[in-house]
Amino acid sequence: MIQVIGQWLPYLMQGAWVTVKITLLSGVVAMLFAMLSGLGKLSSLTPVRWLASGYIELFRAASLLVLLFWVYFALPIAGLELSKTWSAVLAIGLNIGAYGGEIVRSAIQAIPKGQYEASIALNLSPLTRMRSVILPQAIVRMLPPMGNLWIEMLKATSLVYFITMADLTYEAMILRNNYYTDTPIIFGLLLLIYYVLASCIAAPVKWLERKLTAWR
Amino acid sequence: MWSWDYAMDVSVILLRALPAALLAAACGFVIASTVGLLIAALIRSRFASVRRVASSVAHFIRSTPLLVQLFFLYYSLPMLVPVSMTAFWTGAIGLGLHYSTYMSEVYRSGIDALPKGQWEAATALNLSKRRTWFSIVLPQAIPPVLPIMGNYLIVIFKETPTLSAITYVELLLRAKNEASVTYRVFEPFTIVGIIFIVCSLMMSLLVARLEKRWGRRPSA
Repeated sequence: MIQVIGQWLPYLMQGAWVTVKITLLSGVVAMLFAMLSGLGKLSSLTPVRWLASGYIELFRAASLLVLLFWVYFALPIAGLELSKTWSAVLAIGLNIGAYGGEIVRSAIQAIPKGQYEASIALNLSPLTRMRSVILPQAIVRMLPPMGNLWIEMLKATSLVYFITMADLTYEAMILRNNYYTDTPIIFGLLLLIYYVLASCIAAPVKWLERKLTAWR
Repeated sequence: MWSWDYAMDVSVILLRALPAALLAAACGFVIASTVGLLIAALIRSRFASVRRVASSVAHFIRSTPLLVQLFFLYYSLPMLVPVSMTAFWTGAIGLGLHYSTYMSEVYRSGIDALPKGQWEAATALNLSKRRTWFSIVLPQAIPPVLPIMGNYLIVIFKETPTLSAITYVELLLRAKNEASVTYRVFEPFTIVGIIFIVCSLMMSLLVARLEKRWGRRPSA
């Protein structure tokens, strides 16, 4: 049995690498959109606020798998053809980014009013106020929900199986075709690998959280 | 690129698949609510071992993708134990189990928000464990978290396209089948996307009304 698993591992590792890659790339897109939309929703400019709310509401209401299908299969008809990787990164990043936007907004709104008033009293410019006073405190508050969001993102990458990208789930399905009688072991192993990957996200987030709140 | 005639035809076909998606979501939601309550109760058990096992299992389920769990339930469970479930029930149970771990957190926030005096008063009145839970704790803990539960119904509904992987014909698989017959993909997938956005926005309006009615909302 151990020997057979040893034969599978190279394929699964190859798939795991694709999963990690998609997670990291969509993570960058998601964090960027989360910051932009979270800050945009608090902007004093009405059009910016509308744009940010519109993005958040629309992409939170959309179903991720349908969005992925739409980006990969329908968008080329409209003239925009993206590779599998970029379709996946764009769909997952935009969807998760909308959830992240709400996290950013609520973390910034949770900062006590006194911090704004003190910054104004110290004659800090709005940019410095945001960058050196509000955001450092808000990021500490964002950390736990963002950590959960990254795990949601890791789980969401399994959906790229539908557009036949060779991620972890896809590799496991191929193995299943070749070793049909071992199906339960393959899927058990697959669940375990996802669990380990999720733990790899949770552990550093916890460490960072402890480190950033050490002064309290 | 966009043909209105075809869009109209395909809309009718797709809307006929909407009840299937809603039914799967509703069944998944009922299972998630029930199992979630059970997990929340087990995590508060007197026995440390029960607490530990319940929270580890919940953590494991929450950390792994629904898609893989569905594959496990649909393709390998029948090889391990002599049961075979239809795609619908596998999907409903998979959705239910996955989101029960989220739902247990929702219940937990509701139960934790309850003042300690309520538990103490129940003990002082010599109420049994069962009466404490069903007559004192739950009637006060659940109403404030109903809007959050409603939000999870929306989340579950948006996850139903994943059931297409285990051959359950809901909106997305219907659209895919339609596209494979006509070779036109733009209209079916766009319409499915619109149906999901409209349905979830309508459901979240309902949840907002629920929230207004039940007032305070404990922080999750």
